[in-house]
Amino acid sequence: MISADFHTALGRPRPIGLAWAFFERQINLWKRYWCWELVWLVYGVVNTLAITFIAEQVGQDSIVGRNEINRLVMFLLIGTLVWAYLSAVLDDVSLVVGWERWEGTIEHTLMAPVPRVIHLLGMSVFGVAHAVLRTALIFAMAAPFFDINVANADWLAAFAVIAVGSVSVIGLAILAGILPLLYPERGPQMSFMVQAVVLLVSGVYYSVDVLPGWLQAVSYLSPATYMLDGIRGAMLDGQGIAEMGRILVILLVFGVLLVPLSVAAFSLAEKWAKITGRLKRHG
Amino acid sequence: MNSAMPLRVESLAKNFPSGPDWRQIIPVLRNRPRKIKVRPIDDVSFEIQRGEIYGIIGANGSGKSTLVRVLSTLLLPDSGLAEVFGYDVVREPAKVRPAINRVSADPSFFRSMSAIENLMFFGRVYGLKTSGIKSRAYDILDRLMLTEEQARDPMQNLSRGQQQKVAVARAFLTSPVLMLLDEPTTGLDPRSRREVQTFIQAVRRDHDATILLTTHDMQEADLLCDRIAVFSAGRIIAEGTPDQLRAMVAGDRPLEDVDMEEVYLELTGRSIEEDEETDD
Repeated sequence: MISADFHTALGRPRPIGLAWAFFERQINLWKRYWCWELVWLVYGVVNTLAITFIAEQVGQDSIVGRNEINRLVMFLLIGTLVWAYLSAVLDDVSLVVGWERWEGTIEHTLMAPVPRVIHLLGMSVFGVAHAVLRTALIFAMAAPFFDINVANADWLAAFAVIAVGSVSVIGLAILAGILPLLYPERGPQMSFMVQAVVLLVSGVYYSVDVLPGWLQAVSYLSPATYMLDGIRGAMLDGQGIAEMGRILVILLVFGVLLVPLSVAAFSLAEKWAKITGRLKRHG
Repeated sequence: MNSAMPLRVESLAKNFPSGPDWRQIIPVLRNRPRKIKVRPIDDVSFEIQRGEIYGIIGANGSGKSTLVRVLSTLLLPDSGLAEVFGYDVVREPAKVRPAINRVSADPSFFRSMSAIENLMFFGRVYGLKTSGIKSRAYDILDRLMLTEEQARDPMQNLSRGQQQKVAVARAFLTSPVLMLLDEPTTGLDPRSRREVQTFIQAVRRDHDATILLTTHDMQEADLLCDRIAVFSAGRIIAEGTPDQLRAMVAGDRPLEDVDMEEVYLELTGRSIEEDEETDD
């Protein structure tokens, strides 16, 4: 059972296999807490309806014509769905880190011989898959309430923006995961601060043009701004991938910068936690 | 094969300061000594030979768990050296981690997941092959008197003692060359304690395991350990085989008349119970 040559005994594990460990663990956890999933799904649907009905209210008041109303419905619907997706990914990573702190497993996870980048990407990729599934269900349940015309939409371009943009969302999610690592009591709640800032500056429910100048400047630093621009362009105006070049390149740059930066920041936070003895169980 | 010593610790120290280091911010405070709230490890040195069970006895709060955390790459020491098979735990944690595993007094798991799901996860992150993890996990759990049915139950349905056995299984699942057992039998009933102790003895006998065991159970240390260090206020105040420690306090009496409780009392000047009250 006990091998003398431990490096040979454990072999050279493949990164995919190590990342799968985190993905599978999340599946097992979410299976046990399917009621929570139901709660978040209902919340997501109700939230989507509540916000999108604002557009219908505008139509009833005859402030603008029907075409503009339909466009506003789609504008808000895309905003709520993209936000449901983004917040689910951001929540997932910080929730799991907080959960590990609470259960006390964080010490066992951090002392396992798995590179931190694989550990964090494994958790984040689950977060993305989980958020895609939840958002698709919200869309399927909310769409019948509205008269939506997607005949002009370029779905391929929209999916390309989501796929490329998700890389930078993973970076943001890992950054949000630092807070529960350092602050076991209120860390997951503190990560809402990150979400609130992204929500404010990214043009989720309004165009960033309505923001004060200095906030518009901040909006350029949020990858969510470009995701929303790209998806709305594809879904509302039928812009194809060729017309998305600028947005895709910007999102790619965000992803390439944010992921290594967030992993490095998480590693620094881990080092600080190891100096100050913050990894002990709190629960 | 790595022929270096399983564990070498030299002048290791770890302090937890009482707050932010204001001396770095306010110049007039620069020459003041820094307030240290806790000094859990204070100039500790020892070595463990291959195949040895090395015990550290001491009261709660004496620094045993802090030492194990440093060796587990979970805490960074302030100074000194700790090497596992020649690899520095601070500078080369990635090389140390495959070699070690740890059992703590608190069996930490995802309590909503079953024992086998938890073990599958920890087996995978140590790079074990999927096919082997389950059978190996069931085999270890069986030796610890846990059934397959219990292994499939959510952890929260298991008793404290059963959870601790799963924690022992998690640690041995990955075939560590150096096992760090931090009060592995604390809180167990006498029968479960005996089963875990028997398992530890069997692993050492059959598989050439090297084990660091911390405990405040003097009988357990006497039963399991080849050598014992007496730990008090973050320092090793005596070290030797159980008989060597007895000889230090026996005087003219035969060694078999001296139990380890008495050894601890004589060497530290306090009983375990008194130490624990002080810590509280």
